[in-house]
Amino acid sequence: MRIVLTHKSSEPIYEQIKEQIKASVLSGELPENELLPSIRQLARDLKVSVITTTRAYNDLEIEGFLQTVPGKGCYVKKIDSNLMRFKYVTETKEKLAAAVRLGKMAGLTMAEIRGLLDELEDE
Amino acid sequence: MQNAIEVKNLMKKYKGFSLDGVSFNVPSGYITGFIGQNGAGKTTTLKLMLNMVLKDGGDIEILGKSNDDISFKEDLGALFDQPYFQEDWTPADIEKALRPFYRKWDSEVYHSYLKKFSLDAGQKFKTFSRGMKMKLGMAAALSHDAKLLLLDEPTSGLDPVMRDEMLDILQDYLTQENKTVLFSTHVTGDLEKIADYIIYIHKGRIVYTGLKDELIEKYCLIRGRAGDLPREKRESVIGLREDTSSFEGMIEVANLGGFPSRVVTEPVNLDDIMIHINKEDYKNDC
Repeated sequence: MRIVLTHKSSEPIYEQIKEQIKASVLSGELPENELLPSIRQLARDLKVSVITTTRAYNDLEIEGFLQTVPGKGCYVKKIDSNLMRFKYVTETKEKLAAAVRLGKMAGLTMAEIRGLLDELEDE
Repeated sequence: MQNAIEVKNLMKKYKGFSLDGVSFNVPSGYITGFIGQNGAGKTTTLKLMLNMVLKDGGDIEILGKSNDDISFKEDLGALFDQPYFQEDWTPADIEKALRPFYRKWDSEVYHSYLKKFSLDAGQKFKTFSRGMKMKLGMAAALSHDAKLLLLDEPTSGLDPVMRDEMLDILQDYLTQENKTVLFSTHVTGDLEKIADYIIYIHKGRIVYTGLKDELIEKYCLIRGRAGDLPREKRESVIGLREDTSSFEGMIEVANLGGFPSRVVTEPVNLDDIMIHINKEDYKNDC
């Protein structure tokens, strides 16, 4: 499992961990039933606090990505990746629609909005 | 056991300085950072815990027992600023001296730490660098299966590489369940990353105790042009600094309403919090 953190972003660290594990699960890089490092081991490896990794794992468990087996560890849960992907695509569409509305209110053309998107990718 | 340390209403009076009703808990299984300026009372509090100084009042419980019962020291690893060992002793001599005091002293563990830290068991203590002395102190503190580590300024005076190694050592220790670390510091950069809880002491009083993340999320920095600071918001800016064209300070996120939207806000770190609270204090004293 590869997680790369930045301390300079305004995105909280636990959120960064969460998003990256999610992405690995969705891409299949972390297969079903894969044993994840323990909360304490992960905190040590990433040099973050135990509370931070606890928070990330708890959220992932609530969202159905992980499963904790007491005394054994934390496993990647079987997820319906098609359903998940569908959910994300829908959410992306909704958010883009909102962004386009906002951009037009500010007098941007579609080309300019696309330009903004490209800039985001470069970041 | 939920708390490794419980301190209630601790009092100590010195000429010109006093600890005034200090209370806090240190939760088991986590790293807690004890922060505050030089002279705020960190070392005094730690010494009171170990009965190196006698308290004027209050209660201290360590690992479930009153600290008057010195049996807790068996389960404790402590390191104060710099380890004090006889100058001519070698790490091997130090083991001979310490071993009788700990039932659970593990020679193998001690020597594996010496090896890991590249410390020669036959070299005299006085010839070690400051960083090596600290590592030797850590090796000794970690070799008797301590449940609690109490460290006073463990990273001060160490270079960045050594500080980083120190954090690794602490986090390695914490990968075991039910181990607790309390360390004091005024260099908060290191702590920022690995601490779960913070106890913040200022002039002998506790001003914050709780989750580190909550402390950091409570405040933000604010900056703007001179005209952007509404009169009724002045009081809410902590450590306000103004010149003819601009202002800056720290503010509780909850108090952000009422500023024009062009002011700039930024997340704080622990240093920012200490600096601004201290500035505010200084202003009020004048």
